[in-house]
Formats: sequence, C-alpha cells, structure tokens
Amino acid sequence: MKTKWIAYPYILWMIIFIIVPLALILVYSLTTGEGDIRNIQFTLDNFKKFLDPIYIDVLWRSISLALKSTAVTLVLGYPMAMIISKENVKKRNAMILLFVIPMWMNFLLRTYAWLTLLGKNGFINYILVKLGFEPLNLIYNDGAVLLGMVYNFLPFMVLPIYSVLIKIDKSLIEAAEDLGAGKMKVFTRIIFPLSIPGIITGITMVFMPAVSTFVISRLLGGGQYMLIGNLVEQQFLGTGDWHFGSAISIIMMVFILITMAITAKFDEDKEGGGGGLW
Amino acid sequence: MIKNIRNIGIMVFILIIGLIFTGCEDKKPTINVYNWGDYIDPSVIKDFEKEFNVKVNYNTFATNEDMYVSIKKGGTSYDVAFPSDYMIERMINEGMLEKINKENIPNLKYIEDRFLDLEFDPNNDYSVPYMWGTFGIIYNKNMVSEKVDSWDILWDEKYKDQILMLDSQRDSIAVALKKLGYSMNSRNIDELEEAKEELIKQKPLVYAYVGDEVKDMMVGEEAALAVVWSGDAVAMIRENDNLEYVIPKEGSNLWFDNMVIPKTSKNKELAEQFINFMNRPEIAARNTDYIGYSTPNYKAMELLPEDIINSKVAYPTDEEIGDVEIFKDPKDIIKVYDEIWLEIKTQR
Amino acid sequence: MVNRGIKRLYTFLIFLFLYAPIIVLIVFSFNNSRSRGVWSGFTIKWYIELFKNEEILMALYYTLIIAILSSVLSTIIGTFAAIGIYGMPGISKKIVLNLNYLPVLNPDIVTAVSLMTLFRFMNLEFGFITMLLSHITFSIPYVILSVLPKLRQMNKHLAEAAMDLGATPFYALRKVVIPEIMPGIVSGALIAFTLSIDDFVISFFNKGAGVTNLSITIFSMARRGINPVINALSTLMFIGLFILLLIINSKSSNNIGERGDII
Repeated sequence: MKTKWIAYPYILWMIIFIIVPLALILVYSLTTGEGDIRNIQFTLDNFKKFLDPIYIDVLWRSISLALKSTAVTLVLGYPMAMIISKENVKKRNAMILLFVIPMWMNFLLRTYAWLTLLGKNGFINYILVKLGFEPLNLIYNDGAVLLGMVYNFLPFMVLPIYSVLIKIDKSLIEAAEDLGAGKMKVFTRIIFPLSIPGIITGITMVFMPAVSTFVISRLLGGGQYMLIGNLVEQQFLGTGDWHFGSAISIIMMVFILITMAITAKFDEDKEGGGGGLW
Repeated sequence: MIKNIRNIGIMVFILIIGLIFTGCEDKKPTINVYNWGDYIDPSVIKDFEKEFNVKVNYNTFATNEDMYVSIKKGGTSYDVAFPSDYMIERMINEGMLEKINKENIPNLKYIEDRFLDLEFDPNNDYSVPYMWGTFGIIYNKNMVSEKVDSWDILWDEKYKDQILMLDSQRDSIAVALKKLGYSMNSRNIDELEEAKEELIKQKPLVYAYVGDEVKDMMVGEEAALAVVWSGDAVAMIRENDNLEYVIPKEGSNLWFDNMVIPKTSKNKELAEQFINFMNRPEIAARNTDYIGYSTPNYKAMELLPEDIINSKVAYPTDEEIGDVEIFKDPKDIIKVYDEIWLEIKTQR
Repeated sequence: MVNRGIKRLYTFLIFLFLYAPIIVLIVFSFNNSRSRGVWSGFTIKWYIELFKNEEILMALYYTLIIAILSSVLSTIIGTFAAIGIYGMPGISKKIVLNLNYLPVLNPDIVTAVSLMTLFRFMNLEFGFITMLLSHITFSIPYVILSVLPKLRQMNKHLAEAAMDLGATPFYALRKVVIPEIMPGIVSGALIAFTLSIDDFVISFFNKGAGVTNLSITIFSMARRGINPVINALSTLMFIGLFILLLIINSKSSNNIGERGDII
C-alpha cells in the first residue's frame, strides 16, 4: 500500500519540534555569546566547565541516588509482582488495578502527600509522639528524596515484571516440580531467568526518570539538593546560562542513550518503555 | 459507522466550545503582572479587574534572579514587575525598563519623600515604590534560650536542623558577609570566598533553604530560627506570638521593592494605571495589612491600625533599624555569586 | 519462604505504603485546621474554598482544554503517521521510528528545555499555543507506539482485498484499516490524554504569562506551604479517577489480561 506519503506531515512536525530543538540545544552547548546568533563562537568551554569537580559530584550524586532507588524498587517490587502473578486471573487483575490507581494520581500530588506525612509536624511524627517516641527528622534529607522516588516509581518496576511473570508457561514449572525440584530451585532456575526481560524493562523505567528528576528533589529536598535535573533547571531558569545548561542536557541525553543501548542488548523484546516522564 | 460519526461529532463540538472559551478570554484587554509570591491582597486584583474592565494575568516569582532571567529570556510580555532595588539598578543599566510617565501616576504624591529619588533609580524615572523592609532573624522564644542579637546564632551547633535559611543567593550570601563584618555589597573576591566557606560550614546545621514556606513552618514551630523579611515576620507573629523578630547588631539589609514596566510590555498605559491604582491609599493599606509588609505610602499609613504603625518590626525607627545597607547591583561579580551559591547547594 | 502469612503481610504492607499518603491526604482534607497531624473536627470548608479558588479553577480549565485538544490532535496526527510509517520501506522506516522515539527516551527536562529553546528561537510568545504544541509533540510518539503494533497485527491483505473489490484507497482506509486498529487508536488517545493531564516539567518550561496547568499550580502552592485546599483537590481527583477506572474496567473486561498496556 503506497501509504508512506501520509506520514510526511508528521515527519515535518518531527523535524520542527524534535530535531530542530535538539539541534539548537547542541548549538547552544557548543557556543558562547549570550544567545545572539551574531556573536557565535564555537567552543568546548561549556563541556569543559562540566568537568569541574562540583558538577561531576552532582552527576555522581544523581546517579547514585537513582541506582539506590532502582535497587530498592527492585527489591520491594519483585516479590510483589510474584505474589500478584500467582493469584487467579480475577484476583490478580483486581490487585494490579488497585496497584496502578495511585500511579494515575497526579505526580505532584503524590509527592506533596509525602510533604504532609514527613514534616516535623506531619502525620508520621504525630503518631510516633502519641506512641511515646521522639519525633524524627524525616524530611529534607537523602532519605526523603529516596522515599519520594521509590514511591513514585515502584509501579513502574512492578508492572513490567508482573506482565512477564504471568506469561511464563505454567507447564514449565509443573514439569520441574514433577522432576523433583524444590520451590527454591524452581525459582532460581526457571522463574527468575525467564523474568529477566521484565526486570530489565523495570530497571530502565525507574532509573531513567530517577536520574533526571528535579521535582522530587525540589519538593522533598528542602533546597539542599542539587541533582543534575535541578542543575539544568537552575541554568535555564535561574542563572540564565543557556549554553552551560545545554551542555549539561547533551551530557544527560548521551548518558541516557548509552544506558538504553546497553539495556536494549539484554532485552530483545523492545517494549519501548514509557519512562522519561518524571 | 453512524455511531463513529456521532462520536467524532461530539468531540468536534467540545473542541469548538473549548476554542470559543479560549477565544473569549482575549476579548478584554489584559495585563500581565509579575510579582513575588504572597505579595498582594488577591481581592485588590479583582477590584482592579472590575473597575477597569480588564483581565489581570497574575504570575509569581521566588527571587529577583528568577524574575530577571524570565524577563530577559523574553517570550512573555510582562507589563508590570516588582523587582528589588539592586535588580532595578541592573535592569535600568541593561535598558530593560520603560520610562514611567509620572503624569499618569498622580498617586505618587502619597509616597514619603525618603523613599523617592534613591540611588538605584534617581528621580524615579523607571520605578514607583511598592513596599519596603528589612531582613533579620525570626525565632521562637520557647525554642531559643539565649538572647538573639547576632547573625552568629545561625551558626550555633545547638540549633542543628532547627535553622531555616532563605533560598535566595543574594540574601544568604549577604547574611554570611555581615556575620564576617563585611559589606553586603562586597566586590572583594577574598571576602566572598570567606562568606562561601561560612555558608558551607553552616550547611549541616540548616534544616532547609526555603522560600514562602518559611511562614508556615515557623508558625507551625517546625524550626527555631529563620532568616526572613520583615513583612513576613509581621504576618508570622500575628499567627503565633511565640515568635520574635530581631535585626542583628552586625547590620542588615534595607530593601525596596518597586513597580516597573519592562520594555516588553504591550500595554504601557494600562500598566501605569495599575501602578497608580496600587498607590491609592486604601489599596496600599489593604495590601499592607494583608501581607504584613511596610508601605512607603504615608496616606496609606494613616489608614493602618496603631499597633502596626508602632511596630518596630514593620516600621523601625532609625535607631531600632541599626546599621543597614541597601543592595547594589553586583554587575560582573554576579558570576562569582552564582558560582558560590552553586557550590553551597551542591555540598553534601 | 512461601509462607501464606508472610505473603499476606507483605502485600498488605506494600499496599499500605502505596495508599497511606493518599488516605492521609483525603482524611485531612476534612480537617478543621491546617495541621497535618492533629485532628480538629470535621469540615468541608476546604472544598468550598477550592471551588472559590480562581487560581486552581483556571488551572483546571487550562489543563482539561489542553489535554483534550492535544490528545485529539496528537491522535489524529499520530494515527496517520503510524499508517504512513507502516508503509515505509525498511531503512527510512527505521530512521523515522528511532527519531520518533526520541521524546520518549529523552529525559523530560531535556525535551522541555529543547522546546523552550525552539520557541525562543522562533520568537514565539509563550502561552497557550506553546504549551499545546509541546503537549502534542510529546504525545504523538506514544500514539504511534500504540497504533503500530495493531497495524502489524492486522492482516495486510484486508485492505488490498477491499480495493480489489472496488474501494478507493481512502474508503479502504476508513472502513477497513481504521476499525481494525481502533483499539490501538483509543489506547493511544488515552495515553496522550493522561500524559497531558499529568505533565509538569514540559509545561513548566513552556508556559506563558496567562496560562498554567494543574501540576504547575500545585507545585507553586506546595512551595508556599501546606494547604488543605490541595488535599481537597486530591480527594476529588482520586474519586474521579476511581470512577473512571471502574467504568473503563467494566467496559473492557476482555483486555484485562494485558496489563502491560497501561505502561
């Protein structure tokens, strides 16, 4: 069917709204000169600036926080996915639906909810004090930001793993059990290996938004967190140095694309993911 | 098929209604106002809209620097903005502001002389006073045992995680400079580096760097000490009388927020009418009362209650105010400020 | 390890973790004080304030309008794009697809910043149009992502058969192709709608003086401190969401096996 011409309007759209903007960012990152086309000078200074220990520290901090939250969501999410996948169809559909509903609530509201829970006068401390404990310092620190990330991204880890687990052929498990394998062996030899594609998808869908978030660190971090997303936001909306901001963006993009390429190698069944949203 | 057509029809219908609504908004003249958060009595905006039959798009910013970048980057034609002294100086020097036609702002006559013709805008060619104040330390009497009279107390280990600092680079660096005994307009790199070191030292003791949330937090007694602007202090003390405001002995900052018309404005006359409106005594009094800040409008002051006028927080005498400096535009040194602030923020 | 009791407890704890913040939000939306710990009596005053709050109502209005417009437009453009891409030869198809997925893969802040740069470059005034354009841009790839698999699943000879029987290509498109891929179109539209309603970062960078959306408003309100009006808003949104999901769930009892679609 000669239908390719139908796609041309979109290709035009893509060029204007996807390619040109990214090209502009690239140009900004490689130049200085107050954004005025007339005084462009090509330079690698913006990228060199990023090599300053302060900024490398920011990058490192973002990556390590993202890795931690990915690990936590994996450890918490995998068992959850397993438990739900083992239920009968009706029950597990209901459970997954319930699991997903919070995800559909506005992302900012979910993060705001933790603001009200974790504050010094928040609900959690209120309960603790009532029970006779000392109030804890639960907000504006690493833990709070980690918690915020885990809370927001947990469903993104559970869903891919769950959807892979339910597709595992039950007869494989039965056969293994018939051959004498204990529950542990069935898990490590059959279930886990088959669930790896789901794990990979889950990891990608959590790690990428986690590394680039700036809202969670803004709201729950108390102004003390400069993650790489915050850095970009600050350069564009605070300091006004679009050149440096663009350089950081390019670095982020490259980093993410490399990560995606690596995980794509593991994952033949490209689900395309839906990450990069928060 | 019929069902599909009907469904599409419904959607198109909704689309058209939607577009009509968006179209409707633009019938009235609009004015884009760009102000600090929590810095106006919302009913004042409504009154302006009603009286002049216009629509006001009211937007807020958190710091002068945010506002500057937003206006500089362009793409939004703000008609009225409310920068502070040093930022006005910068904007005038960079040609970002329109000259104000004082004939359109007769209510200027209600402004006290001492707020006019200041260094940052000689002759008030570009700006009209809105509010003024100081900054200092607000503390909770029940949580702080010693006398609070110096910036030093914000570095006291005893108050770890009980200290709130302003999430504003100019103000926080100024606090450090003052603590060290330097001018808050220092252009001396060594002095600035020292200030940076102080703030880095302080960071582990700071509970959070906050903006408008400070009011809620201090009233809710979530922290013992905070750096705040005088107007916010008035508002907070109103809600929780365990709080006290003090201007430290090393000195503080005297600031002025004025109304300006950025060059990007599309409706200069309406902007001037807005500025004039804000200086009507009753309007200025309403704003002052709502947000707690200090008005430069002497006619408005006559409408305020006794206890506010005598408040040393809101209207300190020369003696009570102590040694104050007005911020000046750091010009090229702003880059140093940016770097310092970034380094402080990225510390673990 | 597979002890029944442990499984139950674990499930309970995780669901508690997921729902506790929302429940607390809802409960305290009825609290007669601003405190988030102490209960001072039942009231609906925050809900009344919510309906009087112009800022939020305006934000809600814009959020809905932009969500509807952007999802409709991106679905139309995306569906045709998918049909076109489907008919493309191998190499150009690959290139186009990979470029198409850029907004999906890119961190949202990079997409946001790049669009902002574009609009500045084109000297466009920030406002309704820029926000709408941004939303359409990030939605279309998801529509294509939804529709393409359905196109691939479709029997490609159906359209040819229709044309052999005398249908014009356009008629074949309307009567044969589109009904076949309709589930993909619908889920694409739904995804686009959800993404738009929930978007914060891209809208934050590309909004103008008069236009805002719900997420941005909540963000600025949250930065001013705790405000029970936000709680009231959350409760209403949650209830609305719940009802919506119940409706969708009852309508599509067939598709329940593929929970992966939600992603």
